[in-house]
Amino acid sequence: MMDAPLLPLFILLTSLLASPILFALPERAAGLRTSINLSMAALKVALVGWLSLKVAQGVIYDLRFEMLPGLEFKLQADPLAILFIALSAVLWLITTVYSVGYLEHGPHRARFFGFFSLCVAATVGIAMSGNLFTFLLFYELLTLATYPLVIHRGDAAALRAGRIYLIYTLAGGLVLLLGTLGLWVLAGTTDFTPGGVLADVAAETPLAAQLLFIVLIGALGVKAALFPFHAWLPIAMVAPAPVSALLHAVAVVKAGAFGIMRVVYEVFGIETAQELGLTAPLAVLAGITIIYGSLKAITQDDIKKRLAYSTVSQVSYITLGVALASPIAAVGALAHLIHQGLMKITMFMAAGNLAEGLGAKRVSQMDSVGRIMPGTMLAFTLAALAMIGLPPLAGFVSKWYLAQGGLDAGQDWVIALLLGSSLLNAIYFLPMLHRAWFRDAASDKAGAPGRPRIGWMLAAPPVTTAVLVLVAGGLANAPFSPLEWTRFIVAIEYQE
Amino acid sequence: MTLDLDMMMMAIFLPLFGAIAAFILPRAAALVGLVTLALTTGAVIALGLEVRQSGAVVLPLGGWGAPLGIDLRADGLSVAMLALTSAVGFLVSIAALDALKGADQARERQYFWPLWLLLLTGINGVYLSTDIFNLYVMIEVIALAAVGLTVLSATRAAVQAGLEYMYASILGALLFLMGVGFIYLQIGRLDFTGLMGAEPTAALIAAVALMFVGLALKTALFPLHLWLPAAHANATAPASALLSGLVVKAALYIVLRLAQYMPFPSETLLTLVGLMGAGAVIWGGIQALRAERLKLLVAWSTVAQIGLIFVAFARAGEVGLTESWKAAALLILAHGIAKAAMFLAAGRIKDEIGHDVIRDLDRAPVRPTLAQFTFALAAISLIGLPPSLGFIGKWSLMEGALVAGYWHWVAVTMLGTLLSVAYFSRVLSAFLRFDRIRTPVAEHQGWALADAAPLTLALTAIGLGLMAAPILRFIEIGYPFGAAL
Repeated sequence: MMDAPLLPLFILLTSLLASPILFALPERAAGLRTSINLSMAALKVALVGWLSLKVAQGVIYDLRFEMLPGLEFKLQADPLAILFIALSAVLWLITTVYSVGYLEHGPHRARFFGFFSLCVAATVGIAMSGNLFTFLLFYELLTLATYPLVIHRGDAAALRAGRIYLIYTLAGGLVLLLGTLGLWVLAGTTDFTPGGVLADVAAETPLAAQLLFIVLIGALGVKAALFPFHAWLPIAMVAPAPVSALLHAVAVVKAGAFGIMRVVYEVFGIETAQELGLTAPLAVLAGITIIYGSLKAITQDDIKKRLAYSTVSQVSYITLGVALASPIAAVGALAHLIHQGLMKITMFMAAGNLAEGLGAKRVSQMDSVGRIMPGTMLAFTLAALAMIGLPPLAGFVSKWYLAQGGLDAGQDWVIALLLGSSLLNAIYFLPMLHRAWFRDAASDKAGAPGRPRIGWMLAAPPVTTAVLVLVAGGLANAPFSPLEWTRFIVAIEYQE
Repeated sequence: MTLDLDMMMMAIFLPLFGAIAAFILPRAAALVGLVTLALTTGAVIALGLEVRQSGAVVLPLGGWGAPLGIDLRADGLSVAMLALTSAVGFLVSIAALDALKGADQARERQYFWPLWLLLLTGINGVYLSTDIFNLYVMIEVIALAAVGLTVLSATRAAVQAGLEYMYASILGALLFLMGVGFIYLQIGRLDFTGLMGAEPTAALIAAVALMFVGLALKTALFPLHLWLPAAHANATAPASALLSGLVVKAALYIVLRLAQYMPFPSETLLTLVGLMGAGAVIWGGIQALRAERLKLLVAWSTVAQIGLIFVAFARAGEVGLTESWKAAALLILAHGIAKAAMFLAAGRIKDEIGHDVIRDLDRAPVRPTLAQFTFALAAISLIGLPPSLGFIGKWSLMEGALVAGYWHWVAVTMLGTLLSVAYFSRVLSAFLRFDRIRTPVAEHQGWALADAAPLTLALTAIGLGLMAAPILRFIEIGYPFGAAL
């Protein structure tokens, strides 16, 4: 097969180049816009498939050029990158279909899809960054590309939320800049290297290394919605449903979690991080976030807000798995990166359908919606059960490995934490399911409920991702399942 | 060899002849202006190629040579500044063709070109001078032309601001001249090489301090900034772009040169410079947050950005010094390009909407989308977000400070970044707000060829960040940062 050393660049360009074209298209050229969107998204999925085959065969991709003396812009395609790109490529395609349906007659679609593409490009860039400097470039691009999406509605509430979002993420970005500089000054390199680059520094000046760890993880924790930096996430719920779906599943929070992985595994190295005595506190912080997010979720009546707090909780599973410093927990963390994305995007798209089709935005309005929109609600139900951790769904697989990892690391409290979290998940999800399927609507406002008007472009995506949730869990041991790929990565990061 | 000598002379004298020609032939002023700019740009390019090939070039005027005569010298830094001036100047000129096309702007059209070409003479002269008296002459030329450009629109506010600018400028030049005189009394020489060997006596440092205060006044360093916001905000848009993008850079460049060639003052004085810069960053930021009009906000942001550049100067000792100077040079380039783009974009927005009251920008039924987009891109570079040139400048600044252990300057830089996010996001919110206007507002309104020049500038400011390594390598030709001295 032909070998293309520039393949990672092409993958980046599919969405990066689509963006200016989409901006320039006139508002009414909806057909052309949709075809560009979909063909680029499909092309990307194909290219990512090709790339992952190549990487599995052991081909190494490494593109770089010098930006400042000694500092390089560097793209690489290691297995960890592939994991994240594959997630974003597949979900981009699905979300694009959903967005086209969702915004069918809405205003400012040119702007929306332009920034949407830019956002995906940033995500891909984050995944393929070969050093922290490049990571920083795309991390900031992601902030800039998502801001217009968050405030897409353009009313006072959206702008207020957007401002809070911007303050949190740009302040986090600034701290990340400081951390990147610190790394550059301390270690003389910002390259992501399995095993880390800071072993010597940590031996000589442990205090500096510890400070650096706190600065970097704190900065990334803003996007990863780590307590106490999570407040922007529920507020950013004013965004249109497809944006929320993307933000929660692949783009922003995942960028943060992914960054934490890179920093712990490939900047510090898991051993060095452990020696500095900082992984255990991070695990505790992740644990606190998990419980806190779940508790907050219980009290929310707004569906999207409940889901948002649920994200706060669920994304911290990833951080927890990284911080436990056990290869088994790492498998759980990486698998959860994918699994949480699939589950959460399903739920957000389903929530968007409820709002679009029935005007139901609150949990209290969910009575008997399952009978009116069975497809959407089936998808939602499946994702919710997976979140709770019902075997053999995707969420169960993640939790299983995390729990085993906890035992492996000698942190038995993790078992209690996971059980408690599952219980809380059940407490906030099951009432929603109960209302949707088993409660009669108190009064039929519209008389006989006609079929809600949502097209296939809204109905199909959540069902598709729900099927993926089922497959990812049920066929977890099949080759090329997220779980199998994760084992491949962990072998690299733990240098076994 | 004669070729490159001519190039330096041409960079200075072509615009001067152009200015005279444009003054004599008011009807063909625009044509004369564009041709002159094209020729000057050509000379700068030729000079740049020469410098890249054979290092810094020196031209002894009249064949005497320093210390008796006057030298012109071009190294990497000079050429970079000349290139900035040519590129920004050329694009602003193109934008001016559109901005000054109104029927009631005949007088502005008539005077814009001669003044701008005269300004170009002065600016190019500064970048090629090697002695402080020559620098004094050139900053007087600049001041004369810049005040003229400020009052070009002849509105009451502009004339008043222009007067204040003129007083500040005259005072600044006077202080600079006094410093020059004292230095001559001390060491009997005025050329850079002579200064470099001088003994740093208290009297010499006092003379340098006088020159510095004069330059601080001209470049509007806090707390001597009072004239700038009104002058830059009330001038007509292309003039604002030139004033903010290019004119203040000449004074900054002189500070950078003096820092290299002058004896090291004291740590206390340097800290004072840094404090003034920090004051500018904070005060300029706060005022930009409070500004009600778009152009005033942009002008206050200039005050803050200049402060940041002075923070880069506030460094002593061996460690991190070169990084800081490089940072200052990069920030000067980045600000020149991005701020010109932003003023032009602000002018376009004002023209399309009819006013520039930030709070009411969203109430207009027109959205000059491309100009707004340009404004946002320029803001990215000015805030210092990647991959823009502003980001690279900020990175170098923080790197230099971090290496040398100047944590407080790192903190100031970060604070300045947050303030700039805050004030620019006010404007972006106004662009993206849609709930206060009843009639449906379509986007893609107000696409115009007039947006091409500012958009090009803004994209350049962002894209050049990716080319920072070659730019830095070029700037270092002829060792302007003292590596080989």
